[in-house]
Amino acid sequence: MLDKNGIAKRIAKEVQDGYYVNLGIGIPTLVANYVRDDIEVEFQSENGVLGMGPFPFEGEEDADIINAGKQTITTLPGASFFDSATSFSMIRGQHVDLTILGAMEVAENGDIANWKIPGKMVKGMGGAMDLVASAENIIVAMMHTNRAGASKLLKRCSLPLTGVGCVKKIVTNLAVLEVTANGFKLLERAPGVSVDDIKNATEGTLIIEDDIPEMNL
Amino acid sequence: MISKKVANVQEALKGVADNMTFMFGGFGLSGIPENSIAELVRLGVKGLKCISNNAGVDDFGLGLLLQGKQIDKMTSSYVGENDEFERQMLSGELEVELIPQGTLAERCRAAQAGFPAVYTPAGYGTEVAEGKETREFDGKMYVLEYAFKADFAFVKAWKGDEAGNLIFKGTARNFNPNMCGAAKITVAEVEELVPVGTLDPNQIHIPGIFVKRIFQGERYEKRIEQRTVRQRD
Repeated sequence: MLDKNGIAKRIAKEVQDGYYVNLGIGIPTLVANYVRDDIEVEFQSENGVLGMGPFPFEGEEDADIINAGKQTITTLPGASFFDSATSFSMIRGQHVDLTILGAMEVAENGDIANWKIPGKMVKGMGGAMDLVASAENIIVAMMHTNRAGASKLLKRCSLPLTGVGCVKKIVTNLAVLEVTANGFKLLERAPGVSVDDIKNATEGTLIIEDDIPEMNL
Repeated sequence: MISKKVANVQEALKGVADNMTFMFGGFGLSGIPENSIAELVRLGVKGLKCISNNAGVDDFGLGLLLQGKQIDKMTSSYVGENDEFERQMLSGELEVELIPQGTLAERCRAAQAGFPAVYTPAGYGTEVAEGKETREFDGKMYVLEYAFKADFAFVKAWKGDEAGNLIFKGTARNFNPNMCGAAKITVAEVEELVPVGTLDPNQIHIPGIFVKRIFQGERYEKRIEQRTVRQRD
């Protein structure tokens, strides 16, 4: 089974040379730490920066340079700043190659819910609805089950949706799955996790063809 | 040169009244119009309808207007990290409209650019699109979103000149440029107000035509919401 860093490490393998990548808050943010250093990738943050670098050294924080999680950051050579409308032109206009975001629920038809739990939590969708409505290449990073042990990979989402039919790939602490017309297709198992473990943790339709290889991290 | 300069924040906010609709630039606490917000708190205007990506924190930014119960309605994309906001929302004192962040930016830009509405794919098939017109273009569904209508836009820039030309810094730019000229009156506060002719016309982010009043801001706190650092090796 993977921890959050393990999920980020596996997703980092999906990042290719020349990609512009938008990382959501939480596990997706960790992906930047594991991208191969022999490829060129630029990270976009929807509050208006392309070419994000690591956190600043202590004493060098700048209130005017933050990411979408409101954390202080730095920029790398070649970076640029821009306004919010331009930022979402990059996203809506499909200039961003890969979007990685977290989710509370994903359905087997690719629907995603990650912004609201009625009566409990209403923080808002931020840029998530724009991202999932436009991105062609979306990977969801999340735990396979919630804190109560219930599956987050469902036949139908029960929470208010963020987007419809948009998720293509999911990387969890247990598995890598692809969203297909017939359900979640199991691609890889996390180290030490059996196909039965994944079956038991998946409420939606799970498609298992042939031998399922273990992830190569 | 048409001068947009006013002496101070009091003069810049002349005409604000109860029940008006205001736009505020800023993302989190970065690039918020600190001086204008402080003056609105002092004036005590109430029944405000505010358009802002976020709602500040309990004791800073728009959180200060929430503490004084000056806001009736917020239109935002993300409102976490604010207990008083959550309390007022759950008790029904505060009306909240949550909309996608890109839609918020585009509804500002539409108002600035003279478009009555725009089609966006964001929110299609979700509760955000309920009751709204939708339309198919090239096999994909879009939602019709209307341009905002606001009385004042309060923005904050890094540098500006008497003609109202603005230059922003880093990610403090965010929604500020999109809100300039998107309301009946745009009030810009700047960290540094310089004489005309000082700023390079090639480097201007927002031309003064979009700004009605400009003033030199004071005592910027520029609070950091999430201070994250790395260790030196």
